[in-house]
Amino acid sequence: MRQWFERHVQTMVASLGRLWQQPFAALLTILVIGIALALPACLHTLVQNVRAASGGWGHALDVSLYMKQATSLEDTRRVAVKLRKRRDVEEVTVIEADDALEEFRKSSGFGEALDALESNPLPHALVVRPDAAFRSPEQIASLTQALRELPEVDIVQLDSEWVTRFHAMLDVVRRIVLLAAGLFALGILVIVGNTIRLDIENRRDEIEVTKLVGGSNAFVRRPFLYNGVWYGLGGGLVAWLVVTVAVGLLAEPVARIAGLYGSRFELAGLRPVGAAALIGGGIALGWLGSFIAATRQLRGIEPK
Amino acid sequence: MIRFDHVFKRYPNGREALTDLTLDVGRGEMVFLTGHSGAGKSTLLKLIALIERPTRGTVLVNGQNTTAVRRSKIPAFRRQIGIVFQDHKLLMDRPVYDNVGLPLVIAGVPEKEIGKRVRAALDQVGLLGREHNRPIELSTGEQQRVGIARAVISKPALLIADEPTGNLDPELAVEIMKLFKRFNDVGVTVLIASHDVHLIERLGVRRVMIEAGRVAGGDPAPVLPSMQAI
Repeated sequence: MRQWFERHVQTMVASLGRLWQQPFAALLTILVIGIALALPACLHTLVQNVRAASGGWGHALDVSLYMKQATSLEDTRRVAVKLRKRRDVEEVTVIEADDALEEFRKSSGFGEALDALESNPLPHALVVRPDAAFRSPEQIASLTQALRELPEVDIVQLDSEWVTRFHAMLDVVRRIVLLAAGLFALGILVIVGNTIRLDIENRRDEIEVTKLVGGSNAFVRRPFLYNGVWYGLGGGLVAWLVVTVAVGLLAEPVARIAGLYGSRFELAGLRPVGAAALIGGGIALGWLGSFIAATRQLRGIEPK
Repeated sequence: MIRFDHVFKRYPNGREALTDLTLDVGRGEMVFLTGHSGAGKSTLLKLIALIERPTRGTVLVNGQNTTAVRRSKIPAFRRQIGIVFQDHKLLMDRPVYDNVGLPLVIAGVPEKEIGKRVRAALDQVGLLGREHNRPIELSTGEQQRVGIARAVISKPALLIADEPTGNLDPELAVEIMKLFKRFNDVGVTVLIASHDVHLIERLGVRRVMIEAGRVAGGDPAPVLPSMQAI
């Protein structure tokens, strides 16, 4: 077991040394892989940020409940207390009918016309803010349904149609990111495979000799697999760097825009899990690409 | 050690390299295969190393029927044979040490032991101290000795060589043959293909003449290896 480990470490270092001998060629391959990984990674980061930002627009998801005219202020407050206990409700604000009328009088410009009214035509109202964890379109719909069924409630108004659409669009974009990631992954397999294929062609004599003195296919293949792993690791690191730099460059202007809209939203980079997935994905693709190419190619090289 | 039983070998291009060849080489023997180039000597050796497979007939090596050796088992099979080539087949971009140690690396021998055995093997072929040279810095005769060191490092019971002296002048050729004889003296079965009749006559070991793909003369029956020094 120790020998096996020793042997692998040796092959690993040796294959790194071999790449080092042709730094330019290796660097080109690594850069191509890095860019191919960086594109979907950047898109993914963008989608993550847009989702985080849209989470901050919680007020857009507020549900307004207009009580039936006959409902007293006490009853309205009781409903508010009851609603606050729901898991999917973050906050309930009570708007008294008189306050609402006053507000309306000030903002609408109908002041005098309103004065002509004998009594306040407005009902008491509640503004319900859904909890942050319950803001998917389905969850909002089920909350609204529950609110509609309250006997004291007359009208439930939800101005979230656009949020639903937005989420639907975001879903489409996320699928596009997945699709792009798949295509780029395929591209990386081809790039690594082709690089390894050329590498093998260049070392044909050496492979023949090794097979002549009893080297198995697995033995001859091993250094090429490590080459692939190094390419993938390098590419993953390049991609991570690209995303980090891009986020770094955009963070300040985005924060400024957010500030103008009174939001404290900050652009987030890749989380450690995301970075690990990116680099791990690079390594896996590098390994797989070289595995496919080397397995195919080495079978055809036999001593004569 | 080696038995060819009515072996035929026809290459895909239709050339008949071996036709009904029968040959026996006993354990511990040293045998020369002679004959013109194209007579089938190289093909015979390739069948032993499983570089080629017989079209018909059976080849037994060290008690194993080569026909029964599966493709995936060929590497393990080759590891029990030392092979020396006319063109050495060394890795020119690697030092002598890596070349000689390669069979042990393949066999998974620990690094420490590889160092010891590489030096021992180089000592046997008279190249101790040259392990850090590249083959290109050595003469042809020295390169061939590196090839021999690589062939014997895993202490195979069978050593085969295809025209090992083909590129050497007569004096160097004698040196190389003496080297083979020394391995034979410690019990290694040695089978050498060579068209250098004069050299072989001086060695006084068993000869088998191959002509047109079959045994055509020499000493067809196994004899005890000559023990006299050359």
